[in-house]
Amino acid sequence: MAKHPFHDVAIVGIANSEQARVLEGHDSTTITFQAVHRVLADTGLTPWDIDGVAAGPFSGPLTYYMRNGPAWRNHMAPSIPIILDAASAIATGQCHTVLVAHGSAGIYTERASTAPWTRPANEFVVAYGMFTAAEFALIAQRHMHMHGTTPEQLATVAATIRNNGHAHPDAVYHGRGPFTPDDILASRMVSDPFHLLDCAMTSEGACALILTTRERAQDLPNKPVYILGGACDSFGPSYQHPPAWDLAGPSGRNNGYTGRWAAQKSFAMGELGPTDVDVCEFYDPFSFEIIRQFEAYGFCEEGEGGDFIMDGRIGPGGQFPVTTDGGTMSFSHGGAAVQQLQRVIRGVEQLRGTCVSSQVPDAQVAMCSNGGAGALFTDVMLLGTQTP
Amino acid sequence: MSEILQPQSPGIPLPVPTIYSQPYWDGCQIGELRFQRCQDCGAITMDPAPACSACFSENLEWEVSTGLGEVYSWTTVWRPQTPAFTVPYVAVIVTLDEGFWLLANIINCPVDAVHVGMRVKTTFVELSEEITLPYFEPAE
Repeated sequence: MAKHPFHDVAIVGIANSEQARVLEGHDSTTITFQAVHRVLADTGLTPWDIDGVAAGPFSGPLTYYMRNGPAWRNHMAPSIPIILDAASAIATGQCHTVLVAHGSAGIYTERASTAPWTRPANEFVVAYGMFTAAEFALIAQRHMHMHGTTPEQLATVAATIRNNGHAHPDAVYHGRGPFTPDDILASRMVSDPFHLLDCAMTSEGACALILTTRERAQDLPNKPVYILGGACDSFGPSYQHPPAWDLAGPSGRNNGYTGRWAAQKSFAMGELGPTDVDVCEFYDPFSFEIIRQFEAYGFCEEGEGGDFIMDGRIGPGGQFPVTTDGGTMSFSHGGAAVQQLQRVIRGVEQLRGTCVSSQVPDAQVAMCSNGGAGALFTDVMLLGTQTP
Repeated sequence: MSEILQPQSPGIPLPVPTIYSQPYWDGCQIGELRFQRCQDCGAITMDPAPACSACFSENLEWEVSTGLGEVYSWTTVWRPQTPAFTVPYVAVIVTLDEGFWLLANIINCPVDAVHVGMRVKTTFVELSEEITLPYFEPAE
């Protein structure tokens, strides 16, 4: 008997489609279908082995075109919460094998503006020129004011992640580096303290995962990667209200450390702590977010994240390598959801030991995350090669 | 001498009020920064909402803020959200003296002078027949 229902679920398939700044000849549907074909090839499964689909707007079309109905489905844009929903559906017997997929192409065409998913219209922010960089900058500036976190520390994060992408042959920005922190600081300012190279880029692409039961996973070709824990922290809708570090209710739990409580729950499910984590596939919309997450998840004390990430600790060969494919800064950032799934895909790849670049030797536990305090949410998953 | 921040010009995307936020925007048109106070628990709710953010009561009444407060966080934006915006502009979260946060832009101030703790007050700029926007400017 598993110690937690998630431990009865394994991720058995992962795939990325092509990723590029612009994918000529593709729209969001065709690139998502490419990722689905690849993930089926990764597992050796057929469409008729799948009895659940969580692919946002593509859930209906995939089930229709694959003719795998009647199937469980989830229509929300898939990221960690939806992977956890899929795992819950499997653990409770609603279905046994779920395809999770998402993709984006041809959405961002008006390049004089920031990407459309970064600037949802809302009456209290729309007239003040807000978009994601400015939202996350308001969080970072508050931390810098409270704790003296420096632009050089932010730049160290960005250079580390961009160098991981530089080394990854499938990254959109493969070969663009290597970068030093000075290169980051020399790039033009977007929204103080974020220089251009402190920010996520925009690109197009898709990805897919397949989850199934522990029992079925034993008969499939890939080394199963188990869900050791996972949970989600939200403080409200993204980009509609002031992104205040100190936003909190009577619990006193504050938006500045969103993800802390999800991490605590996840660690408890997996009977683990921060020092057990071999690879940190943290979501990297902006450089400061990595510093914040190390504090939020209990890897270091509050206010010490800026010092914590220095001296090679988060780079290749360091104690806690981060975002090893280059993340949204360099690997790919397809839009609202696909790049969030890619954090989990990379975590699985690390635990399989099949990364073509920046493989962490003998990685057994990966921590993956989505979101960030500028968006008022953070989701966490812990993956492992074995369950407790 | 650094650049003095200016309000944006008509043509930027403007708020679309809701049935419960309309009194807030009506206040802006006559130079009042309005906020909601709960008649059951006394807490302030902002942004405008259909229920109290402390006790979830629907028993809210409008009051008028002094418009005075201090900068809680800020960012100078150099890459505009859309070409409709003129850069640089500075987004701020201000803690009003009554104790609520408001997100806006700061104007009538040198671009490099904005800092956490800076005293500010509201000022209003008409951008259309329906919408007058609250901005902040230095209080002294």
